[in-house]
Amino acid sequence: MCMFKQASWNQPVIFNMGKNGRRGHILPKVEEDIRNAIDLDSCIPKHMRRENLPKLPELSEVEVVRHFVRLSEMNYGVDSGLYPLGSCTMKYNPKINDMLASLPTIGMVHPYQDEGTVQGILEILYKLERWLAEITGTYEVCLHPAAGAHGEFLGTLLMLTYHKMNGESEKRREVIVPDSAHGTNPASATMAGFNVMVVPSDEDGCVDLEALKSVVSEKTAGLMLTNPNTLGIFEKNISEIAKIVHEIGGLLYYDGANLNPILGKARPGDMGFDIVHINIHKTFSTPHGGGGPGAGPVGVAKELAKFLPVPRIVLDSERYSLDYNRPHSIGKIRSFYGNIAVLLRAYAYILSLGFDGLKEVAEISVLNANYLMKKLKKIKGLTLPYNSKKPRKHECVFSAKLLKNDTGVSALNIAKRLLDYGVHAPTIYFPLIVEEALMIEPTESFEKEELDRFAEVMHEICEEAYRNPENVLNAPHNTAVSRLDEVKASHPKTMALSWRMYLKKNKQK
Amino acid sequence: MSEHNHPYIPNSQKEIKQEMMREIGIKGIDELYADIPKKYSLKKPLNLPEALSEFEVKKHIETLLAKNKSSDNMPMFLGAGCWPHYIPAVVKEVIQRSEFLTAYTPYQPEISQGILQALFEYQSMICELASMEVANCSMYDWASALGEAARMAVRVTGRREILVPKIIHPERAAALQVYTEPAEIIIGQVAYEKKTGQISLNNLRDKISDKTAAVYIENPSYLGFIETQVDEISKEADNHDALFIVGIDPTSLGVLKPPGDYGADIVIGEAQPLGNAMNFGGPLLGIFACRDDMSLIRQTPGRIIGLTTTMDGSRQGFCMTLQTREQHIRREKATSNICSNEALCAVASAVYMALLGPQGIRELGETIAYNVNYAMHLLSEINGVKAPIFDSAHFKEFTVNFDQAELSVKEVHEKLLHNNIHGGKDISKEFPELGETALYCITEIHSKKEIERLAEVLAKIVSKR
Ligand SMILES: Cc1ncc(COP(=O)(O)O)c(C=O)c1O
Repeated sequence: MCMFKQASWNQPVIFNMGKNGRRGHILPKVEEDIRNAIDLDSCIPKHMRRENLPKLPELSEVEVVRHFVRLSEMNYGVDSGLYPLGSCTMKYNPKINDMLASLPTIGMVHPYQDEGTVQGILEILYKLERWLAEITGTYEVCLHPAAGAHGEFLGTLLMLTYHKMNGESEKRREVIVPDSAHGTNPASATMAGFNVMVVPSDEDGCVDLEALKSVVSEKTAGLMLTNPNTLGIFEKNISEIAKIVHEIGGLLYYDGANLNPILGKARPGDMGFDIVHINIHKTFSTPHGGGGPGAGPVGVAKELAKFLPVPRIVLDSERYSLDYNRPHSIGKIRSFYGNIAVLLRAYAYILSLGFDGLKEVAEISVLNANYLMKKLKKIKGLTLPYNSKKPRKHECVFSAKLLKNDTGVSALNIAKRLLDYGVHAPTIYFPLIVEEALMIEPTESFEKEELDRFAEVMHEICEEAYRNPENVLNAPHNTAVSRLDEVKASHPKTMALSWRMYLKKNKQK
Repeated sequence: MSEHNHPYIPNSQKEIKQEMMREIGIKGIDELYADIPKKYSLKKPLNLPEALSEFEVKKHIETLLAKNKSSDNMPMFLGAGCWPHYIPAVVKEVIQRSEFLTAYTPYQPEISQGILQALFEYQSMICELASMEVANCSMYDWASALGEAARMAVRVTGRREILVPKIIHPERAAALQVYTEPAEIIIGQVAYEKKTGQISLNNLRDKISDKTAAVYIENPSYLGFIETQVDEISKEADNHDALFIVGIDPTSLGVLKPPGDYGADIVIGEAQPLGNAMNFGGPLLGIFACRDDMSLIRQTPGRIIGLTTTMDGSRQGFCMTLQTREQHIRREKATSNICSNEALCAVASAVYMALLGPQGIRELGETIAYNVNYAMHLLSEINGVKAPIFDSAHFKEFTVNFDQAELSVKEVHEKLLHNNIHGGKDISKEFPELGETALYCITEIHSKKEIERLAEVLAKIVSKR
C-alpha cells in the first residue's frame, strides 16, 4: 500500500537562526515633531527602564516566512487527510468562514465601542445565541466560554449558584460523573469546589442505573453526562437518569463534545438537561488551530438564565445592546464577550447548512462511523467492547488488547503506524474503561473512499503486527521525526520548557 | 435535504448512502437512531434559517458586518485589555496555513512537530520578554490567567489570601472573584496613593501577613501608569514568603524592566497585542509564565511544550510535557481543567515577536511611549481637561478627566463620536472617586495628525460647553 512521507526539515530553533542587525518588520517612524516635543528619557523612570534588549532572534522577513512555512509542512491538519480523532469531531473547516472571520469589519472592532457602532456583530451574536438555544433545546445561551472546559467550569458554577440560591450549597457538595467521562468533567467540577463521585458503566456501556441510584443523595449537586457518551453509545436510559437526578434535587449537565450526531435529531434540553455546553470547534466546524482558539457556549434552562455571566445581549426595538444589569449573575469568567472570531464562523456554518443540512451532518456522521465500525470489526486482533451488536452514533471505540496479547503491538503502536500511511491516529487510551482503546470518529466530512482506505490501512497494520511486529513497534518511520523521548522531556534533570531553560541546563553539563 | 449534495458532506449522495447502508446491514439511517427514545426524537424542523449558498452567506455576513465601525474608518482611542496594533501581513499568512489552522492539539508529536516547535518558540520568546524561564502555551485570556495564578499560589503556599491592587480592570477583578470563590480564597485590596496611583506601600504592609499566598500587581497598571515601587513590593512579598505575581502588557517590555528582573514568581498578562486582531474582544491570549522551580512548575496550569530528542537521541524534537498535571491523566486532581486553549493565537504571537526582534520590540515600546506622552502633553494643555490624573509615568494608556470642564465623559464621548472619533473608555462608574474620567489608549498606529485632531476636537468640545 502506498505510504506517506512527511516533510522533515532540519529546522533549527528560531533562536539559532538569523544574524545580528537583521530586521523582519519596520514600524512607522515616530514623527519628527513628536520626537522634538518629547524627551523620552524623562518619560520612563530610570530604574524601570529595560537595560538589555530581550534576546529575541534577529531575522529578515524572508527567513521568518520560510521558517514558519517549513514548520507548517511538518504538521498535519484536517485539510491534509483523514483525522479520525475520537471525541474531537475533526470535520472540514469551511474556507469561506475563515475568510469572513478575517474581515477588518470584525478584526478591527473594539469590544468597548459605542453600541451604535457595533450593531452588526451584536446582531450576529444575538441570532447565534437564539439558534444554539433552538438546536440544544435550552432557554438562553451565553457565548462567553473560550472552550468546552471553560463552559464546564461555567456550568458547574451555575450548579453551585443554583443550590446556593436554594440555601443548599453547603449540603450539595457532590458532582457525579460516569467512569467513561472526559477528564475535563471531574477537573471542572473540582474547580467549582465540588467533590467528584464516579458512577460505573453497565455492560451496555451506559450509566449503570442501580449504581447511579446508590450514589445519588441529598448531597448530589448534579450529574455531568456526555450523550451519546464517549463510547459513541446513546444513553438510552436518559429519561430515568434525568428522573433520578432531578428527584433528588440535582441538576443535569450535558457535555456537548458529542452533539454532532444528534444535530436536528434530538435535543439535550428535551431530554432533561438543565445546562448544556457546546464545543463550537467540534460540532460547528471552526478550525481547531492546533489547540484552540475554540468556543464553548453554555445553554441553560429558564430558571438558570438569570445566573449567566454579564453582559447579556438584548434586543430592544431593533437596537441591540449589552445588558449588565443582572443582579443574580455570577459575574464574569473572562474579559469581554467570548471568542467572537470563532463564533462568527459558527454563524456562517449554520447559515450554510440550515436545518436540513445540519440534520444531514448528523446522519452522515453516524452512517460513516457505523460503516467504518462494520469494516473494522472484521480485523483480527481488534474487539469492540460493550455490546458489539449495538449501533454506535458518531464514533466507536475498539480495543487492541487482544492484538497486544498476541503480538505486543499496543494501541499506541497502531496509532504511530497509522501516521506512516498519512492518516492521523484515533484518540487512544480514552475512555479509560476500554483497555488499549482506539476511539474512532470519522465525522461526516470524509468520503467513502477515504473510509475504505482507512479500514484497509488498519487491516494491514494489524496483519503486520502478527507478521512483523518490530516494524509496527518502531513506528512511525515516515513522519518528520521518529518516536520522541517523552520521558526525557518531562524529567526535572533534562526538562527544557523554553530556550532559556535549555541553554541553562546545557551549560551546566 | 435539498436537491443537491452539500459540498461539505461527500457521502450525502443517495447511491453512496445505499451502498454503505447495505454494508452495515440496514435499510434506513433511522435504524441507527433506534435507541433514542421516541419522545425525544424531533418531530418537526427547528426554527433555523434556510440554507444559503456560499455567495449568499458571504453577502449576508459582509452586509451585517458593514454596520460596524472599525478603527479602519474611525480613529479610536480604546484599550483597557484589548488593544489596536498593526498586524504584519506575514502573521496573517502563517496562521492561515491549513496545516496549523486545521490541526488538533498535538497529541501525536511525530506528525505535529510544526505546531509544537512554533509553540515552544512562543513560550521561549515570552520568557525572553518577561525574563522568566517557563511559560505555558496559553491561557484563555489575562482574566482567566489571573484566576488560575491565584489558585496556583494557594496550592503552592497552602495559604488562602491574595492581595490585589485597588486599581485593576474590573472585568479581571470579577473573573478573579469567580475563579477563586469556590476554592474559598480571600481577595484583599491594597489601596493606592491618591496623587500618583501607585500602590500604597503602607497599606500593603498593613495587609500582608503570613496568611498571604501572593501579592499581585499590574505593570503598566490598568489605568496606564507605570508601577515604580516594584522592588519594595517584591521585597515585601518575599519577607512574608508570599509569591509575587505580575500582570503585564508585553508590548511594554521593550522599554520597561521585565518582571523577572524584579523578583516575579509568576507572570501573567495579555498577548493579544502581539499579532492578534481585536475581534470585538476575542479570542485573546493569556500569558502564563513562572520561574524555573519545580514546586511552581508542577502546579502550573495548561499545556507546556518541551524540547527533547527522538528515542535514539539522533535528532531534536518537541512534545507536550508534564501531562501528569493535566486533566486527561490527573482528572479531579488536575492543576486546571483547561484543555483546548488559544494555540493558534500563540503561533501568531510567535511570528510577531520573531518579526519584530529585539530592536523592533524596543522601537514598538518607544513609539508608543512617544505618542502617548505627546497626546498627554497636548490634552493637558486644554483648559478644563486633566490628562493624566495621576502624577506618574504612563506607557500606553492614560486617564483624562473632565471635572473642571463640568462635562460628563458621556457627553464628551457623544460629541467626539459626532466628529467620527471614538474616545476612551468611560471609567466614571468603575472608579467614582476619580470623577468624570475616561481611559485613553494610544499605540504605534495612531498618527500625529490623529492625536492632534483629537486634541483640537476635545478643546472645542470643552470650550463650547
Ligand atoms: C468529551 C469531551 N468533553 C470535554 C472536552 C473539552 O473540550 P475543550 O478542549 O474544548 O475544552 C473534550 C475535548 O477535548 C471532550 O472530548
